[in-house]
Amino acid sequence: MSVLVYLIPAALLLGLFGLGAFMWALKSGQFEDLEGAANRVLRDDDLPEDQREHHDE
Amino acid sequence: MTAQPAPASFSGSDELTGFVTMVDGETAHIDLAVEGLRCAGCMAKLERGISSLDGVSKARVNLTSKRMAVEWTGPSQTPSSIINAVSGLGFKAYPFDPDRLEAAADAEGRGLLRALAVAGFAAANIMLLSVSVWSGNVTDITPETRDLFHMLSAVIALPAVAYSGQTFFRSALAALRAKSLNMDVPISLGVLLAVGMSLFQTFSHAHHAYFDSAVMLLFFLLIGRYLDHTMRRRTRDFAANLAALRAETATKLLADGEAKTLPVSAIETGDLVLVKPGERLAVDGIVESGTSEVDQSLVTGETVFARAEPGTVVYAGTLNQGGVLQVRVTAAGQGTLLDDVNRLIEKAFAVKNRYVALADRAARVYAPVVHTLSALTFLGWLAFDAGWEKSLVTAIAVLIITCPCALGLAVPAVQVVATGRLFKAGILLNGGDALERLARVDTIVFDKTGTLTMPDAVIAGDQVVDEATLKLAARLAVSSSHPLAKALASAYPESSPVDGAHEEAGKGVVATLDGAELKLGSAALCGVSDSQRDAAQKAAGFASLIWLARENGEVLPIRIGQALRPDAGETVHVLQAKGYRVEILSGDRQDIVDGVAADLGIASGQGGLAPADKIARIEALKADGHSVLMVGDGLNDAPALAAADVSISPVTAVHLSQAAADAVFLGDRLAPVITALAVSRRARAIMGQNLWLAVIYNMVAVPIAIAGFVTPLIAALAMSGSSILVTTNALRARFAGGKA
Repeated sequence: MSVLVYLIPAALLLGLFGLGAFMWALKSGQFEDLEGAANRVLRDDDLPEDQREHHDE
Repeated sequence: MTAQPAPASFSGSDELTGFVTMVDGETAHIDLAVEGLRCAGCMAKLERGISSLDGVSKARVNLTSKRMAVEWTGPSQTPSSIINAVSGLGFKAYPFDPDRLEAAADAEGRGLLRALAVAGFAAANIMLLSVSVWSGNVTDITPETRDLFHMLSAVIALPAVAYSGQTFFRSALAALRAKSLNMDVPISLGVLLAVGMSLFQTFSHAHHAYFDSAVMLLFFLLIGRYLDHTMRRRTRDFAANLAALRAETATKLLADGEAKTLPVSAIETGDLVLVKPGERLAVDGIVESGTSEVDQSLVTGETVFARAEPGTVVYAGTLNQGGVLQVRVTAAGQGTLLDDVNRLIEKAFAVKNRYVALADRAARVYAPVVHTLSALTFLGWLAFDAGWEKSLVTAIAVLIITCPCALGLAVPAVQVVATGRLFKAGILLNGGDALERLARVDTIVFDKTGTLTMPDAVIAGDQVVDEATLKLAARLAVSSSHPLAKALASAYPESSPVDGAHEEAGKGVVATLDGAELKLGSAALCGVSDSQRDAAQKAAGFASLIWLARENGEVLPIRIGQALRPDAGETVHVLQAKGYRVEILSGDRQDIVDGVAADLGIASGQGGLAPADKIARIEALKADGHSVLMVGDGLNDAPALAAADVSISPVTAVHLSQAAADAVFLGDRLAPVITALAVSRRARAIMGQNLWLAVIYNMVAVPIAIAGFVTPLIAALAMSGSSILVTTNALRARFAGGKA
């Protein structure tokens, strides 16, 4: 059972890491506009000109 | 300088500075409500277009709240130039009054989300340990390991409960201080007792601890709270957008003669404001100079224009139809019409029996029943000599298992889904319990002007002139900004303007076509004699007249009137077919109301009503046991909207009416009223089902708990099972009222 000494802290730390990441995301305003975020991933203006699909203008 | 309320093309240099806030010394910031924002493409186009402007450092669209924040430095941009750029891209933007933009960062929502995250983290990790204990209990876990796991659970649960539970503890304390019970009292009691008992059991090396139940309970309940909050937040955001779209601005004349557009909140008593033709007054006041006619239909329901000249008192919400007016702003609270209306609204709200929301009624029954059951369980087990420890454990188990996960989700989940469905149909709700009140409606009272009829004038169907004359008049009308001329021009959108046509402010349009002079405008402009004008007006009934002087010397009246909304007849018919009783209550004249009522097949139409008369009629209906929905838009409807059980306004309604109404619908069609009723009935039915599901769950779970068989495993399964069931059921509200 000595393996628990490593596994439990590891599990808790991973969980805490996730919680911290969420708090950071919340603080940096990433939950302010969920609908916008869902649509922003579809934008391709970060790609070079020749790889874009032209459909929105 | 351009007309309100369509500020899509401000052209002045800095007349909108009242809307700008400075971020630091140099960077200016403005928030805009943007109309027509729907998709990713629009968002990309708008952000790209605006951020490429000279001097703009930030252009960020919020697609959820349909707003855009723009920041810029230097003199190369002004608020007007940015709004013009937005309209150049095909969107309408309206500046936001910074005073109205209450704490954009949603502190309460963030707090709830943080608490939710902590509870989620704790619930998952404690569950990890609990599952190990449960499986170990039936196999070979050593007592030392179990104690260690329980200790670890305690270490996670205590801070998590202390942090995430605050919302509930605070509200429970507040209720207890007020010597009353709310849902949060049993929740707080359940959670705290569960944690306390589990601590005790941990130290007495027991087989079971309830840390997981306590934290999971908080997690599920916080989901319900967050959904509830999101819905309210969303409706508040849209209400604020609406206020901006309604363009509640006024043009203030400064001492040096300069004109400046300001939010209404920045206008003070004694200021002089400029009201252009076609502009809606945003303040009450006395005309200082200029003469005009004002359309008071939104205020009084009366469709015939009233004359305004120096000394006339004019009211917020009225529409300037003629010349330029300078208005001295008067104090509110001087016995103005607006004031009377406000007093009536307050009275109506005070008298109105506040509808008790379904969830609150459930809570009223729930709290005493649960506390009694738990206390009886404790006493019962004591009576059977089970010892106080075993008795207490069982009693607490009853508290935990009855804790209202499902109940806490049952109503908010349906509200969120149903308001989302209504929003897609163009209906914005002011609050969640409006759904429940809408569902009870059996009588619908419509206002006429602006509600059954379109808010803007159109050319009347019964003209005394031929089509060719109308088309000719429309070509002149294109060059005018007068509302009656606009109605004419919009009837013939293909009309090409006459070269060299010019508008004489407040009179009409003069142009030369093929060497002959044409005039379109007031009777005086066209040289119509008083007797001829009176005769034509008499023949036209209540339509307004605009005159056309033709090249051959003929002078002809063109009738401009009000048109019914395109689907008014069909909507009324559908509502009647569904068994609703439909009435018209209007401030307009009885004969006009009778005409409209006959057209729509409505048996009961009353005209000539003052705001107090409308309230009286609604009170009478309520006294007869009817549940009344009022649909209206005018200032004169606002008290009636407040007095009715539930109320809806079109988006064109005056601000005061929208504030008094429970819902606002967009667009020209009246059909959203049907959708609102259908969706709310469906939502109400699903809420009822959900509450019954919660009751059935309790009827199964409570006897098991009283009998003392509830282990933490059973509690966990029961809680999550019932919560998921209720949430899934709520999703069905999405399909209410036909396809979106």
